[in-house]
Amino acid sequence: MKKINSRPASLKEAPFHYCPGCGHSIVHRLVAEVIDEMKLREKSICSLGVGCAVVAYKYFDVDTVEAPHGRAAAVATGIKRVRPENIVFTYQGDGDLAAIGTAETLHAANRGELITVIFINNAVYGMTGGQMAPTSLVGQKTTTSPAGRNPLKEGYPLKFSEVLALLGGSSYLERVAVNNPANIRKAKKAIAKAFQHQKKKSGFSVVEILSPCPTNWRMSSVESCRWIDEVMTKVYPLGVIKEKKC
Amino acid sequence: MKGTIHIKQELCKGCSLCMEFCPKGSISLSKKLNLKGYFLAEFDDKKGCTGCATCALMCPEIAIEVYRG
Ligand SMILES: Cc1ncc(C[n+]2csc(CCOP(=O)(O)OP(=O)(O)O)c2C)c(N)n1
Ligand code: SF4
Ligand code: SF4
Ligand code: SF4
Repeated sequence: MKKINSRPASLKEAPFHYCPGCGHSIVHRLVAEVIDEMKLREKSICSLGVGCAVVAYKYFDVDTVEAPHGRAAAVATGIKRVRPENIVFTYQGDGDLAAIGTAETLHAANRGELITVIFINNAVYGMTGGQMAPTSLVGQKTTTSPAGRNPLKEGYPLKFSEVLALLGGSSYLERVAVNNPANIRKAKKAIAKAFQHQKKKSGFSVVEILSPCPTNWRMSSVESCRWIDEVMTKVYPLGVIKEKKC
Repeated sequence: MKGTIHIKQELCKGCSLCMEFCPKGSISLSKKLNLKGYFLAEFDDKKGCTGCATCALMCPEIAIEVYRG
């Protein structure tokens, strides 16, 4: 019998430290597979956000820079401007990108920086213990909204990709999920497409990935995958949000 | 098509995603623990395997090797 799958070359051998069933692990594999398949390993530079994936440099076997919390798009901007021949991407959570990093992300998109943002939306601050994020759903129970998010006090789930789509500089935005086999295949295609947009210099690209955080959602891994289908995608619909011709 | 899988015990975290999506129902959670203290996924050859690799696609830990032949 012949082996038909293997660990992507762009991932180091280190076992992931993420919790059982965490979406970060799945997305790391997809990003590394795309880098392998597009032969970008020697060309890619990753600007890492702060969150559970703050140590993703232990896993991605490409050059990485650790950005201050929320500033991954600003750091990526600098790298891409001095090294336009490289493929530069950020890897950020929703707390990193849509809270403390709001200004940096929005202005990088508006300037049409030729970078790709891998945006992990798990609707909480994972690393720090499951606090409410701007992306948390109405009624979602978190450690800082034990009775559920109340929109009258705490506002509404921030649809950051839809906001970025309004800006002239953004070229490709797609929302995907990693909660079942079909969605995982689509997520990989979206990552490849975003890198294509960057190669063709068409503008700022984002892949938003609805990603299970079983630990802070206080669900099993399987329940988390169902919750994405049954609840999360009703607020954050999957699909292409914007695509310029490139 | 006939297939089989090998689960790397030291990488498995017992998350159950492989079992949930295996079309043959060939994987289950065993009572065995690995060194990290996770219950291990266990493959049962008798239930059959098509080599579809759905389990490997779902496995966050890249713990599953799929063979076809
Ligand atoms: C300047 C600063 N403020 C706050 C923190 C604490 N902090 C660490 S990670 C994090 C949020 C992480 O959430 P998210 O970006 O959603 O990533 P996840 O852990 O869910 O993947 C915060 C607030 C910090 N490290 N630096
Ligand atoms: S806390 Fe959530 S996001 Fe962080 S590693 Fe665990 S499951 Fe993943
Ligand atoms: S390869 Fe397919 S049939 Fe075989 S164990 Fe994995 S999911 Fe089940
Ligand atoms: S999906 Fe992977 S980590 Fe999860 S139980 Fe199956 S083999 Fe173990």
